[in-house]
Amino acid sequence: MAFIPHTEKDVAEMLAAIGVSNIEELFDEIPSSLRVKSLAGIPPALNEMEIGRLMSARASADGRPLNFIGAGAYEHHIPSAVWAITTRGEFYSAYTPYQAEASQGTLQLLYEYQTMIASLTGMAVSNASLYDGASAVAEACLMAVRANRKSKSQRILIPTTVHPHYRKVATATASNQGLRFEEVPFSATEGRTDLEALAKYDGQDITALVIQQPNFFGVLEDVDALAGWARSRGIFVIACVNPTSLAMLKPPGEWGTTGGADIAVGDGQPLGVPLSSGGPYFGFITTRMEHVRQMPGRIVGRTVDLNGKPGFTLTLQAREQHIRRAKATSNICTNQGLLVTAATIYMSLMGPQGLQRVAAASHARTRELVTELTRIKGVRTPFTTPCFHEAVITLDRPVTNVLKGLESRGILGGLDLTPYYPDLGNALLVCATETKTPEDIKRYANALSETLKMAAAA
Amino acid sequence: MSNVPTDLRYTRTHEWVRDLKDGTVEIGITDHAQAELGDLVFVEVPEVGRQVGVGEPCAVVESVKAASDVYSPLAGEVTAGNPELATTPELVNQDPFGAGWLMRLKPANAAMLNELMSPAEYESLLQAEGA
Repeated sequence: MAFIPHTEKDVAEMLAAIGVSNIEELFDEIPSSLRVKSLAGIPPALNEMEIGRLMSARASADGRPLNFIGAGAYEHHIPSAVWAITTRGEFYSAYTPYQAEASQGTLQLLYEYQTMIASLTGMAVSNASLYDGASAVAEACLMAVRANRKSKSQRILIPTTVHPHYRKVATATASNQGLRFEEVPFSATEGRTDLEALAKYDGQDITALVIQQPNFFGVLEDVDALAGWARSRGIFVIACVNPTSLAMLKPPGEWGTTGGADIAVGDGQPLGVPLSSGGPYFGFITTRMEHVRQMPGRIVGRTVDLNGKPGFTLTLQAREQHIRRAKATSNICTNQGLLVTAATIYMSLMGPQGLQRVAAASHARTRELVTELTRIKGVRTPFTTPCFHEAVITLDRPVTNVLKGLESRGILGGLDLTPYYPDLGNALLVCATETKTPEDIKRYANALSETLKMAAAA
Repeated sequence: MSNVPTDLRYTRTHEWVRDLKDGTVEIGITDHAQAELGDLVFVEVPEVGRQVGVGEPCAVVESVKAASDVYSPLAGEVTAGNPELATTPELVNQDPFGAGWLMRLKPANAAMLNELMSPAEYESLLQAEGA
């Protein structure tokens, strides 16, 4: 059943009113070379019952593998209450409401969210969320160009230890607006940004440095040294952080000795959002008060009404796209209201201690995993630097076939790094969160050991 | 009726220019402009040393309703931004032609000052716009 509110008569009347004979004519100005001639590749429509069967079949084909992949999206336990509350009708909306102030409950929740995220990152102010972690990095770079008025170069230093997808999204989003991204290499033994590689930028006009903590390899960057180097040269510090890790690690607001990062962003998925084929997740962005007017997106503020009663309202909207059009701080940022609702409830239920236990357990499980795996002949760890809840291991043979062998044993063994970092050799990024038991880790180690033995025998 | 001092020059985009007689000029927005914007909550002035072109956005005045660009009436180098506006943007509302100045500029070509609108021309513009 099509849900189209216009009857054929409505459509005919509207077309007649503008002097067009059919709907197709409305698209005349698109050159025919750009238009798709047929949708031959799309199978015929299915009804609800057929779709239901197809989706169940697809879901059961996935099975329930034991997952050791992180790489930007993390499997954490989500208390049942989180989504039971989130999906209540009062909350069930994707965005900030269009008649925002009529929805005081939603605004209060967003205000609480902003407070929690600002507190976690150690920054003064947060917006009501962004689309995801990758686009948050892109928005942070664009924001740095607007806010760092001493710098004219629009050059952004982005270490190769930053998530490869984030780097790609930032480049795709911002390079057409004149931003230039320059990659900074990492130390082959430490797996973190090479401080010495920054020396060549001394005295040059650089707008911002992006620092991911923990970095894509799970390794802890020397954030104090990096932030200190950048800020003492007038270079903005953009922190890209994992929110779970902030329960244990120094927040971006305290990096270095000169007041911390200028902008902190990240993906909020670890806070109560289930793994789901890459999304929907949500991004967060926080900053110092002095840069608040350059921050994109919506901000909820607390105020009082005519009678002096507290209430919540959208604030600092003067540079948003519905007011400032082409000169808005962003025309591509989006707020992920529903997922932020889940994250706010997750953080409320966990509390600082709960989040700290999740972080500590994830770190402990990952260390146990690396210890178990590197006991196996041919498995090594290339970096000696401390990590959070992810680590790189290298194998004595190509990763692809090993991962297939593990998959046939019901285990998703990690992310093959070969396409992203060919110089690392047969490298695999593995992750264990609090959801993995010592038995799970043993099971992985045994499966890997068998897979490698079989491969050696073959 | 808006106040239009007779010792200043004006633009169609409601900026005023005062000749400081030392090779520099002072620039602000007119009484009419501030009244249209309403209460200002934030003013962003240009960096000293910045080169601006004629008609180039050089400052932003932000009210609770909107953030609007201020366009440079002349080409030249910025010699000062009004430091008071960072904490007291309302000076632009209270005294647009005096304490609420936005920036000072060393024009590349001082003669261009005479090409700007005279007070009488600016008054007729306001009348034509129905102000």
